Amino acid sequence: MADLFELSDVEVWDGNMAASHALRQAQVDVVAAYPITPSTPIVENYGSFMANGYVDGEYVMAESEHGAMSCCIGASAAGGRVATATSSQGFALMLETLYSASGMRLPILLNVVNRAIAAPLNVNGDHSDMYMGRDSGWIQIDCYNPQHVYDMNLVAFRVAEDHEIRLPAMVHQDGFMTSHTAQRVNTLPDDVAYNFIGEFKPMNDMLDLDNPVTHGAQTEEDWHYEHKARQHHALMSAVLPKIQNAFDELKALTGREYNFVEQYNMEDAELAVVCMGTSVETAIEVSNELREQGVQAGVVGIRVFRPFPLEQISDALKNTKAIATLDRSSPNGAMGMLFNEISGALFNTGTKAILNNYIYGLGGRDLTKVNLHTIYRDLAKNAQSGQLMTPLQQFTGLRGPKLSFF
Amino acid sequence: MSQINAKTKNLKNFSTSTERFEGSNLLCPGCAHSIIVREVLNATDDHLILAASTGCLEVCTAVYPHTSWDASWIHIGFENGSSAVAGAEAMHKALKNKGRLKQPERTPKFVAFGGDGATYDIGFQWISGCFERGHDMMYVCLDNEVYANTGGQRSSSTPIGASASTSPAGRTSYGEKQNKKDIMGIMAAHGAPYVAQVAPNKWKDMIKKIQKGFATEGPVFINAMSACTTEWRFAPEDTITVSDLATESLVFPLYEIIDGTELNITYRPKNVIPVRDYLGAQGRFKHLFSKQYEHIVDEWQTRVDAKWEYLQRREEARV
Repeated sequence: MADLFELSDVEVWDGNMAASHALRQAQVDVVAAYPITPSTPIVENYGSFMANGYVDGEYVMAESEHGAMSCCIGASAAGGRVATATSSQGFALMLETLYSASGMRLPILLNVVNRAIAAPLNVNGDHSDMYMGRDSGWIQIDCYNPQHVYDMNLVAFRVAEDHEIRLPAMVHQDGFMTSHTAQRVNTLPDDVAYNFIGEFKPMNDMLDLDNPVTHGAQTEEDWHYEHKARQHHALMSAVLPKIQNAFDELKALTGREYNFVEQYNMEDAELAVVCMGTSVETAIEVSNELREQGVQAGVVGIRVFRPFPLEQISDALKNTKAIATLDRSSPNGAMGMLFNEISGALFNTGTKAILNNYIYGLGGRDLTKVNLHTIYRDLAKNAQSGQLMTPLQQFTGLRGPKLSFF
Repeated sequence: MSQINAKTKNLKNFSTSTERFEGSNLLCPGCAHSIIVREVLNATDDHLILAASTGCLEVCTAVYPHTSWDASWIHIGFENGSSAVAGAEAMHKALKNKGRLKQPERTPKFVAFGGDGATYDIGFQWISGCFERGHDMMYVCLDNEVYANTGGQRSSSTPIGASASTSPAGRTSYGEKQNKKDIMGIMAAHGAPYVAQVAPNKWKDMIKKIQKGFATEGPVFINAMSACTTEWRFAPEDTITVSDLATESLVFPLYEIIDGTELNITYRPKNVIPVRDYLGAQGRFKHLFSKQYEHIVDEWQTRVDAKWEYLQRREEARV
């Protein structure tokens, strides 16, 4: 039995520490991991909990991220609670197994501390790894600060392990900006957090010796499509209601409210910025400043990235006049992902909103308030004239000559 | 153990005993994989948790909605059968510790199977990681010296002179240029408590080693020669004959290494036959029996002799 860890009601934690404590409170059975900046402290902290008797599961330090996720898959199929953490190159190395985990319907929790992907090598935060995972069949939940990281880990375990879901989940936080920035985090006592998640209930567990199971079978053109369709069906229909239920219960427990799509100053907003991660908090500040000047500026933050909350997104945005979609990942030959997804969400709504796209913050470049004021000024121009007055895609915060397309 | 002794006493009992690996599978007629897997699984009455890397065994035994496995079995990818079973072993430890095992009175054995491609090549890092961490598991390499599942491409286990689809013999080439990797030496160098080479034709030797492996705590490596009717090019009914040629010619010597140092030769042929007889029985070496390439046959004999000498010296020296 692991020892009780006495927490204060409010702790000062960075995002990594918040994730580590959530894993500890979940009493994870197997953590198999490989260290990589900036997610390393999650497993270091966890190792320290282990070394001091606060954790009684198994802790496997694998030889690579691919090996770590492979162990996680074996452990999860064996029948217990499993979690790990990674970033960037490690995420890319794991990618093959991420598809295996979701295809085998194994509820593994992966903390992804978002970081750029080489080349050129870069340890700082952008959303390249998060975007890389978006077709892998995992639930993806995004956080803007350490409090969110703590809360969303608890939510993710509970949703992923639900027998109607049985899908793995990623909890994303921005590298360094969230992972290494200590902030106030309201905590739950160990037993309350554990009970919120609930006991792990095994299903098709390899270790049930009386009921042998085969995991990871081969299917060709006869069954592969049906399997993938069922996986997509579970993601599209079952996940959001279960997340809503978890959000409701978390609110009743803590007073903290979460939504699939977070809206700030959006009630009567004409100009909307849509973004993810820590940028949401910067955008809120700028929108508050603009509100004082009488500009109807709002912010939409994506909380649940996969499954994509299409209806909630279009509801939040369809009455605006101009929308900026901010992507922190190089689209490399296309419009940014958020631009495309949000265009798709709005296309059949009859909205008159003008959409444009900003690429920003690659490799940890700051998104400043000045950048955001410029973006809102662009939106005002587009809203006023009812047509696109700015380039469709612009790189913001880039040094050298301006870069834009279309 | 008495049940097992009755089962393994003679070949008839052994080959007809209750199986957890069903005869209905898609492996080629004459494939040695099924013989080896049956011998491994029948060597114990304990429950088994199994993994397989992508390869012949995997694609032929778990095609949805069928399975040949009457024991829990997992496949993830080509390179990670070892890690899959290691993860399951870690979970067993965790649940045992937490008192959550459904059948705490029974302790299963953990076994991963992989071909030589999955073992010598693409999965080597994962196996090395598992052995370094010391998981309580057995890894069995079904060594048919080629990527047989995908049509006979060379692996780092393919021996010199073999014609493989990516190292074909031709007018200017005798085929594979590199010697087979010494996986036994490499695994023993991990300090693994038990490493053994087996062949399905020497089934008593094999059972003894598998049982020794199951009785060993920690990671156990078994390299099992698996004669491949399709890629070695011999008739399906000749699998055991060709296997006999391999062990009698010492091309595939049978030995074990305990704790990385204590080497024991477990089979000494009464009449060692020339390597030429082994090579000559297989289509993959056919081109070597020409004036142009016959020096490779001589080199083969020299190399096999030297290896046998080395093994005997290691056995004597106990280091």
